Amino acid sequence: MLGDLKTIPLDWYILLSSILFCIGVMGVLFRRNAIIIFMSIELMLNAVNLLLVAFSAYHNDAKGQVFVFFTMAVAAAEIAVGLAILVVVYRNTKSTDIDVLNRLKG
Amino acid sequence: MTVYLFIILGVFAILSALMVVFTKNPIHSILYLVLTFFAIAGEYVLLNAQFLAIVNIIVYAGAIMVLFLFVVMLLNLNKETEPHKSILRQLIAVIAAGILLIVLVGSLKGADTMTIKPFAQNTGYIENLGQVLFKDFLLPFEVSAILFLAAMVGAVMLGKKDIK
Repeated sequence: MLGDLKTIPLDWYILLSSILFCIGVMGVLFRRNAIIIFMSIELMLNAVNLLLVAFSAYHNDAKGQVFVFFTMAVAAAEIAVGLAILVVVYRNTKSTDIDVLNRLKG
Repeated sequence: MTVYLFIILGVFAILSALMVVFTKNPIHSILYLVLTFFAIAGEYVLLNAQFLAIVNIIVYAGAIMVLFLFVVMLLNLNKETEPHKSILRQLIAVIAAGILLIVLVGSLKGADTMTIKPFAQNTGYIENLGQVLFKDFLLPFEVSAILFLAAMVGAVMLGKKDIK
């Protein structure tokens, strides 16, 4: 099965990760719940990871996959801090609606 | 055979990613996102990157999504408390994302199809990745440990009840 991997063109992987990335962008614009927006950001990160792995596999270079490893580490750290901020925001405003947080408008 | 598997997993990933955005209940969104991550892990296996497929499932579906689930359950979010945007703004969001997709795919059109080298079977194997990670990328690896420490301290500090 691994032998005929070359039958999948690289363009298909680019197409798939573009679609996933755009769904993530749509999620950020579409929803007001901050948790769903975080999840959409995760979706975008995963789309980019998929692209990196595809290029790495097709170029036969392991560096791209190591880069994905670092992306996952940064994403995990980001989510830990982001969710802590969200919990603090909820404690202060009693909602996770980002449209409530418009006090920075000045 | 591999092509069919790619198409099935891709369609599965796209559909569940769409459900993440369009479901009303945040818990259902999280579960659909877990499904998306499993589909993406399947794509990694198709690319012969077994290590990243397993790490994707353990880190994303296992750790990060459980964190999300805990926060959603802790804050007691459900369908009733879910805020909604107006139809106009939802339509604008869909159109903007669609235009971005058109731009991304359109930029692909002029590109040459890559000529592929003969595929080595061991690019994504753990021994190969370990060699690269601990030889070429040792410093970033150590720096990411400091990043984790900073994130941990930050999360604990933010979570404390009385920040004065």
